[in-house]
Amino acid sequence: MTDGAPAPGALPRGERRVVVREALSVGVATGAYGISFGALAVAAGLDVWQAMALSLLMFTGGSQFAFVGIVANGLHAAPAAIAASSLLGVRNGLYALELTQLLGVRGARRVAAAHLTIDESTAVAVSQDDARASRLGFWLTGASVFTLWNLTTLAGALLGNALGDPRRYGLDAAACAAFTALLWPRLRSRDAVAIAAVAAVVAVVLSPGLPAGVPVLVAALAALIAWRTPRDGGSDASVGSMDHATNGVGEGTDAHVRGDGGRR
Amino acid sequence: MTLWVAILVAAAIAFGLKLAGYLVPASLLAGPRVKRITAALPIALLAALIATQTFTVPGGGLTVDARLAAVGVAVVALLLRAPFIVVVVLGAATAALLRAMGWA
Repeated sequence: MTDGAPAPGALPRGERRVVVREALSVGVATGAYGISFGALAVAAGLDVWQAMALSLLMFTGGSQFAFVGIVANGLHAAPAAIAASSLLGVRNGLYALELTQLLGVRGARRVAAAHLTIDESTAVAVSQDDARASRLGFWLTGASVFTLWNLTTLAGALLGNALGDPRRYGLDAAACAAFTALLWPRLRSRDAVAIAAVAAVVAVVLSPGLPAGVPVLVAALAALIAWRTPRDGGSDASVGSMDHATNGVGEGTDAHVRGDGGRR
Repeated sequence: MTLWVAILVAAAIAFGLKLAGYLVPASLLAGPRVKRITAALPIALLAALIATQTFTVPGGGLTVDARLAAVGVAVVALLLRAPFIVVVVLGAATAALLRAMGWA
């Protein structure tokens, strides 16, 4: 698609086709869960336009789920919702640090690249052996996820509105299941499991005493367990670096990424 | 703060974090310790969100209800390598079914 810097020659057609197929399949897999985001957003009290604004402007699934999950408690929880979605968004900045060399983007194109910097586009980009394939993978995955994620958010929001009482259809429980699926692929080391367990216990214990959303923010301090150097033979990556961060879309992206073995 | 303001502020911060990664020198944040902690942040936040979404009721009390069963079913589905959307639908269906039967 759009090469940021002049690449020596074009990508061979066969390789090109592989990258295109991977990017589109990730887009479809991610798009499917946009339906659950749209439905959960209206169940949380957002209108269709507000759900769409999150998908169009925030465009980072984990943060969007966190934002609506906390703001469902009422407008007083809005500052905590902003804080939680922002903390979850920090990892996109880390992805950008790694992508900036790989993509070779400059000027205004950096703004477009930044908006499309999410788990999925990063995973596809870094899993390629060839810089041209990385760039193609990044832009195409970002564009296809953006398009499908927004279309399915709209569909999910309209569907959620039509359904009525969200509890009757288990939409509140769907949020719990969605967060579980987002966390799952990251629990690949002892440290990751310990951090998750501590955070969960802290959040539950604090919940009765503090305003909604605040226990989640306090529990985020459990991430500081990662301060110490991991012992079980793990590298830096032992607490779910990018390798583990293909997110809930996960199985699709993940399997793909593992399959081609081109990762660090 | 209206809901719209909250949405726009949160979206602006999310975009700012992405853009910052393209603008700051990589050496600034590239230490292994910083990397480990930023990688651990989503783990802690997601675990805390699961816990609060599953066990709390509006007003701040704790309870055990159909949502815990939904998380249990979600974990089984994940162990069986079910895709995201299947996990979410099974979770919702579990809770809806239990409630329809009056069990939770």
